Amino acid sequence: MTITEEAPGHVGSRRLRKEDPALLTGEAKFIDDLALPGAIWVGVVRSTEAHANIVGIDGAAALAIDGVNEVLSGEDLAPLWGEGALPCAWPVTPDMKNPTHLPVARGTAKYVGDAVAVVLADSRYAAADGAAAVVVDYEPLPAVVEITDAVADGAPLVHADLDSNECYTWGLWGDNAPAVDAAFAEAAHVVSERYLQQRLIPAPMEPRGCAAVPSPAGGELTLYSATQIPHILKVMTAVVLGIGENKLRVVAPSVGGGFGCKLNVYAEEILCSALAMQRGAPVRWTEGRAEAAVSTIQGRGQVQHIELAADADGKVTAVRVKLLADMGAYLQLVTPGVPLLGGFLYHGCYDIGLYMFECTSVFTNRTPTDAYRGAGRPEATYAIERAMDSLAVSVGVSPEEIRARNFIGADAFPYESAAGLVFDSGDYQTVLDKAVALADVDGRRAEQAQRRASGSSKRIGVGFSSYVEMCGLAPSRVLASLDYGAGGWEAATVRISPTCKVQVVTGSTPHGQGHETCWSMIVADKLGVDPDDVEVLHSDTAVSPTGLDTYGSRSLAVGGTAVYMATEKVIDKARAIAAHQLEASEDDLEFSGGVFSVRGTPEAEVPLAGIAFAAFTAHDLPDGMEPNLEAHVTYDPPNFTFPNGTHIATVEVDTDTGDVDLIDYVAVDDCGVQINPLIVEGQVHGGILQGAAQALYEDAVYNSDGQLVSANLGDYLVPSAAEAPRFRLDSHATPSPTNPMGVKGVGEAGTIAAAPAVINAVVDALRDLGVTDVDMPASPQTVWRAIADAQGGAS
Amino acid sequence: MIPAAFDYEVAESVDHAISLLGEHGDDAKLLAGGHSLIPMMRYRLATPSVLVDVGRLDDLRYIRTGNGTVSIGALTRHSELEHSAALAEACPMLASVAALVGDPAVRHRGTLGGTIAHADPASDLPAAVLALGGTIVAQGPGGSREIAATDFFTGYFESVLADDEMITEVRVPAGSGGWNYQKFNRRAQDWAIVGVAVAGGGAGVSLVNMGSTPVRASGVEAAVAGGASAAEAAAVAADGLDPPDDLNADAEYRSHLARVLTERALNAAGVA
Ligand SMILES: Cc1cc2nc3c(=O)[nH]c(=O)nc-3n(C[C@H](O)[C@H](O)[C@H](O)COP(=O)(O)OP(=O)(O)OC[C@H]3O[C@@H](n4cnc5c(N)ncnc54)[C@H](O)[C@@H]3O)c2cc1C
Repeated sequence: MTITEEAPGHVGSRRLRKEDPALLTGEAKFIDDLALPGAIWVGVVRSTEAHANIVGIDGAAALAIDGVNEVLSGEDLAPLWGEGALPCAWPVTPDMKNPTHLPVARGTAKYVGDAVAVVLADSRYAAADGAAAVVVDYEPLPAVVEITDAVADGAPLVHADLDSNECYTWGLWGDNAPAVDAAFAEAAHVVSERYLQQRLIPAPMEPRGCAAVPSPAGGELTLYSATQIPHILKVMTAVVLGIGENKLRVVAPSVGGGFGCKLNVYAEEILCSALAMQRGAPVRWTEGRAEAAVSTIQGRGQVQHIELAADADGKVTAVRVKLLADMGAYLQLVTPGVPLLGGFLYHGCYDIGLYMFECTSVFTNRTPTDAYRGAGRPEATYAIERAMDSLAVSVGVSPEEIRARNFIGADAFPYESAAGLVFDSGDYQTVLDKAVALADVDGRRAEQAQRRASGSSKRIGVGFSSYVEMCGLAPSRVLASLDYGAGGWEAATVRISPTCKVQVVTGSTPHGQGHETCWSMIVADKLGVDPDDVEVLHSDTAVSPTGLDTYGSRSLAVGGTAVYMATEKVIDKARAIAAHQLEASEDDLEFSGGVFSVRGTPEAEVPLAGIAFAAFTAHDLPDGMEPNLEAHVTYDPPNFTFPNGTHIATVEVDTDTGDVDLIDYVAVDDCGVQINPLIVEGQVHGGILQGAAQALYEDAVYNSDGQLVSANLGDYLVPSAAEAPRFRLDSHATPSPTNPMGVKGVGEAGTIAAAPAVINAVVDALRDLGVTDVDMPASPQTVWRAIADAQGGAS
Repeated sequence: MIPAAFDYEVAESVDHAISLLGEHGDDAKLLAGGHSLIPMMRYRLATPSVLVDVGRLDDLRYIRTGNGTVSIGALTRHSELEHSAALAEACPMLASVAALVGDPAVRHRGTLGGTIAHADPASDLPAAVLALGGTIVAQGPGGSREIAATDFFTGYFESVLADDEMITEVRVPAGSGGWNYQKFNRRAQDWAIVGVAVAGGGAGVSLVNMGSTPVRASGVEAAVAGGASAAEAAAVAADGLDPPDDLNADAEYRSHLARVLTERALNAAGVA
């Protein structure tokens, strides 16, 4: 028998997700589903003041409630953490200010939602009743609410022991300043824009929760948490509480989304762990939806100032960016680093030689910010893509033409950017051309002109957003240069069992993405087995002890590559055994469709199953070879990956009401090679809607007292499927040369691209009425008022 | 999002419900579809100590037509209004407004009696009943009374209903005349930022979320009766009103929306 046929490839096919049956039938177990008899339930008493001294905490009424056993203040709890405090892993400058962040505040509450006391109770209901009954006596202090308030002269201090509200100033400019100044002095066109990135509430389907369970024999602890980062959480919890890492296991059960807000080490995780160790009993907490709005990190929160200098043809010669970024009251795990992730990308996908970026980050009396889908890159893309449209107007060319004149050329890769990155691959013009054709931009413009001419109150607008982002976080040495407190590698183990079933252990931590399906497809193709014969284990440090988890669109490019390489390593070992069995040289062996065969000797072949069994029995292995087929790889990527694309939004704006209807949305993305296009599309759909949500719906609104006004999902408008546009997607793959599969990542692309496409479309629809900018979210009232203002005052 | 503790009683009949209300005083609340009351309890904005569940009184789920009147039992679900062939025939406006309430889950639980009793100025069906010139039938310990919709609503979440009274039926005249309902919101499942109900070719016009109660736009009605055009009549839609300010709309924008939507509704209802 000869093997001539390649096994049909799974990679590239629209395979249904193996995760879904359990999720869709309710079989999957989330944190609140865990049955833990005898657990102590924690209710957290949260500050109702943005800034106040805590004068007294009266737990009498709470203790009178049946089932409420203890009320503990920050003072009472202090011995539990001693010198420990919630960690920030990213000291971006040596002089960055990092105020001590205790899991439960002592003395002063710094934001609405700050934990000021806890109630321990027999049930979740009693815990909630108890928390509501605790009376806290506050002495209000002046609050710093808006970013610009924080840097105003004579601003009150968020942290009295610091001499200002400034956390750090970080810049990327080298010795560029004189050259940049000269470019602006010589420019034929200068664009100078100021944009606001409102705060966003991540609102994953499942809020947070955790449960700490001591081992029955004592001395060891298992922390269950709805987290994206069990591995990092384990290290951090061990360090903060001084628990031996060998005594600690962290498990993320099924996790209902995160979008970055579960990439953190939270007060409740430390609190439950410490209490469980102290009490020798399980201690658990489940976050409420309204609680989540203030107690989980928020995203964005920036004031952006971007300037472009361009020559007479609209070729941009320099970009200068100044940011003010809102850290909130404290630094969470990577809070200070988020603006920096965007800081490398404010020149967008354009070949711009001179670049200056500076970010000043400030404390405010609001919930801490941190990574939220895109983390810095949606902000950067928004600023450059809005500014490029302004430049197009100034030069008198179309949005697609201004982009074409400035794109990094397809022949320029690998391209060293002015910010010091090396972009891996791309063909930005081809991507844009595909999008323009798909969106029927010419047809839309004709309709736009016709509606304008007829005086219709339903205006059409077409908006562009071309983006490039960096993901596949990250080369560990690059992270070192950015003072990040960890590496960027990922680990994988691949084992083949005696009966030739495959076990993959990954350090990535899926929470909705579909890693089990994709990892199975990758491994199945390489080994010639069925994807259903591959099991993927993850999210439990006892099973997957080594890993750096899932965020920053890193899983496939780093974790998937580790899986790919571990599979190759297993095949190498199998090949040695096959050569031994076939009495052939390894160099003469082919491996295809799960069978090793000797080139030119068709009868000489052995299936992987046979080798798996032989490796297990170990009766006849090459001299010195260890039994079993198993390999471990830790992969540290040599570079980031740089997904890119062009999105085109078409909107209809009702000028009578200001209502914006997103009538069409075209996205052409280059995320490199696609493992499963079905999953890619799902990520892009959700990402686009999340970006469009920032453009049109979502806004964490605070009043001047620092109260979150949009604190529930009636007022904080997360869009639903009914608000989603018609998505029309295409792709263009330029495989990344950074990794063997040529993959880039797609988890954040939609969110990074969408907001500027939508707002550019709204402005395009209204430009003939004199509208040049609309703040996000472009609510009907905001749009109506922008029209009225442009027309010379409200009607 | 966890409500305060409460006791729960199941009413076997309207009389039983009323006697339970009497027994527990103003700490008790009727529970119908629960889609207004339970959210308020979860936010602890409402903390009744006893819930009297009338949701199982199926004899109050009916739509009857005759003698120029449509009579609807208080426990009739929004979805039943939406899908009733009889109602589509006798009062298409009510059926069509019911279809715009919230989302399908909300419409399968929420009741007509509940939404009227809740007296939320942002709700759709109260304004429709008001524009239609409907009547609310309420029963208390002393018997039953009929209240004109125009007299029913007194303030934010307040009505003339006594603590121990229960709505049993809602009546509207058959035939909506030239009618239209305009609902302006940002997400499909949301309450109206502003809504306008026009019935009887402009004889009845009411506004949603333009004050502390659903309101009749009497200026618009008078203008239409006097032969004004839709545009002229709509221009006075917000006159004399004190609309709320919230995250979606301030008073100025709401007033503007009321005028725009009233003109659209009048046009669609056949007023030139
Ligand atoms: C997500 C969501 C979206 C919604 N969207 C909309 C919308 O777009 N438009 C809209 O109009 N509404 C909307 N609603 C509200 C919905 O229509 C409610 O169902 C309705 O307002 C109340 O009806 P219910 O039967 O649920 O009343 P319940 O919540 O049971 O009761 C409401 C109040 O009325 C009292 N009550 C109930 N029945 C009676 C009775 N027969 N006699 C006397 N008092 C009574 C109760 O004691 C309580 O005080 C929405 C609700 C939700 C949860």
